[in-house]
Amino acid sequence: MNSTFSFNWDAAFASIPYLLKGVPYTLMISFGGLAIGFVIGIIFGLMRIGPTIWMRWPAIAYIEVFRGTPVLVQVLFIFYGLPQLLGGPIDALTAGIAAIAVNSGAYISEVVRGGVQSIERGQREAGVSLGLSRLQTFRYIIWPQGFRRMIPALGNQAIISIKDTSLFAVIGVGELVRQGQIYIATTFNALEVYLMVALMYLAITLTLSVLLRLLERKGLVGQ
Amino acid sequence: MTDEHETDARHIVRMENLNKHFGSLHVLKDVDLAVTPGEVVVIIGASGSGKSTLIRCINGLEEFQSGSLDVDGRQLLPDGKASKALQQIRTEVGMVFQQFNLFPHMTVLDNVTLAPMKVRGASRDEARGTARRLLERVGISDQAEKYPSQLSGGQQQRVALARALAMEPRLMLFDEPTSALDPEMIGEVLDAMRELAREGMTMIIVTHEMNFAREVADRVIYIHKGEIVEQGTPDAVFDNPQNERTQSFLARVLTH
Repeated sequence: MNSTFSFNWDAAFASIPYLLKGVPYTLMISFGGLAIGFVIGIIFGLMRIGPTIWMRWPAIAYIEVFRGTPVLVQVLFIFYGLPQLLGGPIDALTAGIAAIAVNSGAYISEVVRGGVQSIERGQREAGVSLGLSRLQTFRYIIWPQGFRRMIPALGNQAIISIKDTSLFAVIGVGELVRQGQIYIATTFNALEVYLMVALMYLAITLTLSVLLRLLERKGLVGQ
Repeated sequence: MTDEHETDARHIVRMENLNKHFGSLHVLKDVDLAVTPGEVVVIIGASGSGKSTLIRCINGLEEFQSGSLDVDGRQLLPDGKASKALQQIRTEVGMVFQQFNLFPHMTVLDNVTLAPMKVRGASRDEARGTARRLLERVGISDQAEKYPSQLSGGQQQRVALARALAMEPRLMLFDEPTSALDPEMIGEVLDAMRELAREGMTMIIVTHEMNFAREVADRVIYIHKGEIVEQGTPDAVFDNPQNERTQSFLARVLTH
């Protein structure tokens, strides 16, 4: 057996067009799921610090359940389990988006809670002292400042969720890893193809990192 | 609809038998305080005496547990009830805080125009016009487009004053407005407050600036462990204090 392995550049490059077909799915699942997750996060994050236990308790339950179970189990449950309840199939793309939504939503709830709670009490006091309602004080004073502080953690969550979508190859959704697996099944260039898959994730996450850094820098104005 | 509660037109603040507890700590004890329009009341006392808590009750930032409190003809109820009246009171009562509490994500101009636009329904142009006039009055019209973090402490506190005045309050509360300032900036804030007093604004001021108190106050109140121990004209309280606690407090703060 020859121990010197030669990396097959041709095979690596040849896989690119095929793998690129998976990128739209990866992005759709990630950002579709994260967009819904952000809405969930705002709602449950604020309920989590709400005035009554009837708001706090459901939020805590949601966060603990979806943060405390693996996203892989969540997507399997949604894709294979839920249809038994609903009486009809759920397509893999929808299941993937739903899994990212509920999973990232749990983490984003905590990010939102932390961001809002980090704003000094004096800000709220200044707002209400001017006659602003609680809602106005939140909307114009607490939220804009809290949101800026959430940006790094939200970016972190986005990167985690993008990588989590790789697990959804198991439900057959044609995202990056799935495309890689199919290609390898016919060419057997696992080393080259998985390296290309990894580089594509890296390209997506690095782009996001750069955008986030710009956003953070912009957010520093006036702080 | 008639208000069942008898309101008192002569007083803008009327506090009777007010009691406040923080857990087992009795912070305000049977406090009576009536303030007439145009009056400048200065509250002095050691830190932890309850003087800040007292003025924070007036705009509902602190709840009280018993007693009665009318502000601008509206009744505040114990334990933070009657939130509708509370918001109305807050639109008529301005407050300046020790830590300024400017909104760091907004320009100076936006800090001053926010409440008039959102609460009073003023147009943008109207609110900006008023804001520029007020900033001029407190001597910082050239800083309108800056962010609070770009200003000195004294400038920030004058913006905070302009922000409160933009609501055209009938009463201004000052909670140790110069305590967080570097010594060289205290004068500019006191000057702005002096000017406001001269114009006839009703003011309740918690401060450690005794010379300022003597100069602007119509009445000085000394509070000790949550109780009003002595009150009177500045001359009476500073030159001829009757209560021995007032005497020892003044001896401590006036000798240096």
